[in-house]
Amino acid sequence: MSAVISMNDLEKRFRSRLGEDHVAVDGFTLEIASGEFFCLLGPSGCGKSTVLSLVAGFEPPTRGRLAIDGVPITGPGADRAVVFQGDDSLFNWLTARQNVEFGLRVAGMAAAARRERALHFLDLVGLRNQAERYPSELSGGMKQRVQIARVLANEPKIMLMDEPFGALDAQTRLLMQEQLAAIWRRTRISILFITHDIDEAITLGTRIGIMRAGPRASLKATVDVDLDVAQRQRTDPAFVRIYGRVYDLIRDEVLKSVDRGMSSGAAA
Amino acid sequence: MPVSAASRERRLAALARRLAVDFGLDALGFVSLFALWYVASVYLVHSVLFPPPGPVLWRAIEMIEDGSLFEQVGASLQRILIGFTLGSLLGVALGLLTGSFRPVRRLLSAYVETLRFIPAVAMITVAVIWFGIGEASKIFIITYATVFVVLITTAAGVSGIAPNKLRAAQSLGANRAQIFFLVTLPATVPFILTGMRVAMANAFTTIVAAELVAANEGIGTMLWNARLYMLVDDIFVALAALAILGFVVDRCFRWLVFRFAGRYSPLA
Repeated sequence: MSAVISMNDLEKRFRSRLGEDHVAVDGFTLEIASGEFFCLLGPSGCGKSTVLSLVAGFEPPTRGRLAIDGVPITGPGADRAVVFQGDDSLFNWLTARQNVEFGLRVAGMAAAARRERALHFLDLVGLRNQAERYPSELSGGMKQRVQIARVLANEPKIMLMDEPFGALDAQTRLLMQEQLAAIWRRTRISILFITHDIDEAITLGTRIGIMRAGPRASLKATVDVDLDVAQRQRTDPAFVRIYGRVYDLIRDEVLKSVDRGMSSGAAA
Repeated sequence: MPVSAASRERRLAALARRLAVDFGLDALGFVSLFALWYVASVYLVHSVLFPPPGPVLWRAIEMIEDGSLFEQVGASLQRILIGFTLGSLLGVALGLLTGSFRPVRRLLSAYVETLRFIPAVAMITVAVIWFGIGEASKIFIITYATVFVVLITTAAGVSGIAPNKLRAAQSLGANRAQIFFLVTLPATVPFILTGMRVAMANAFTTIVAAELVAANEGIGTMLWNARLYMLVDDIFVALAALAILGFVVDRCFRWLVFRFAGRYSPLA
């Protein structure tokens, strides 16, 4: 099993406006293998997104080693594509197709070739007929699918997804999860998926990482999700068993996080 | 979803009706403006110092026939266009730099945050001393009146870009130059256009003031000479010319925005 992403003893320290340091992540160690669908689960504000933005290269860790296929990360790169939670990452002056073409365009691909490729990936996410629409003309679910198509068209080594379906309504979210699972089964692309939804993590992931409550968050445990497609529904006994294990692991952390939130709220 | 011919026709008819109502209201607004002018002058003021629309219109036709009106209006318009273009180019360039680079922002703030509080009208004095009463002083003044508005809105546009857009572009493989031309610039266009539209209004106020003080031709000169010889009709022709010119230029600006930058339009 070769690690595509290796994170070793990561720390991320932020200097606040008042000069007090805030340590979001401390001693975070995790290896993600090629082809894994890894879901990182944790209470809100625990530093999940910080981990993702370190891997994306948006900010450097203040300590620790971070590498892709053994090569240290020095900044953002096309090998690690990011799907953001909100829709403000789409280029609103470009059509859906032009958004999907963006990565190909900056890589210098000819117009006809990238158009064909963009349409192929829009087809894959079921947006072939919306190709010439602008983001403002698309629904929330469609916009997230444009983001996914834009990322897939670039053929990244890894997809980093930061609660990509968090802002969608429940029905749309289920549909998007199904589509993403199908895309992953077809492409076997490595995915680091951030979520706070246990159901979502078990439905999608091959492995789940549970984080400790922040600040100074680190990885508490990982749980393998060895379920086949048919077992990936809430009513399946195997699903329920894994849910129980994950729930036990995360329960304490959520309670801690709520306590800390209340005490810091009282202090402020 | 198939749309029947009948329902399409119904929708077109509804659109046509709405446009007709809008146009009718616009026309009614303009008619009432002239009616109010007429009533105010003939029934309320009763004075040669406030002529009704009729005599002003005749005087305007006379001045059009002898060519003097276009000569004056043309002189002002030319100054506005040259100064406005120079000021906009300078404002956009400096605004992009200011918004993109922190050191430039700090460095330029000394200029921007002091000079923008000196009204262009106040600068007429030094402009005339430096450049004389010819074209150069007018163009200087109009450039001055334009540059800060465009600079500030452009810089605000650059710093207001959603960070996720820039991050998405980085993760799709764009380099710094590509991010600037393919993301920063198009995302800022609505702000640039808004700034230019406001600056255009500034330019009109300023050119009249500059020509009132020192010029050999132009709408301001026309106003000043008419006042000297108590040619009230001429004054009103000049005022009406300003109103119509401003209206037409603003409409042209809007049309150009819709035509060439509809996607970026802040006016839509």
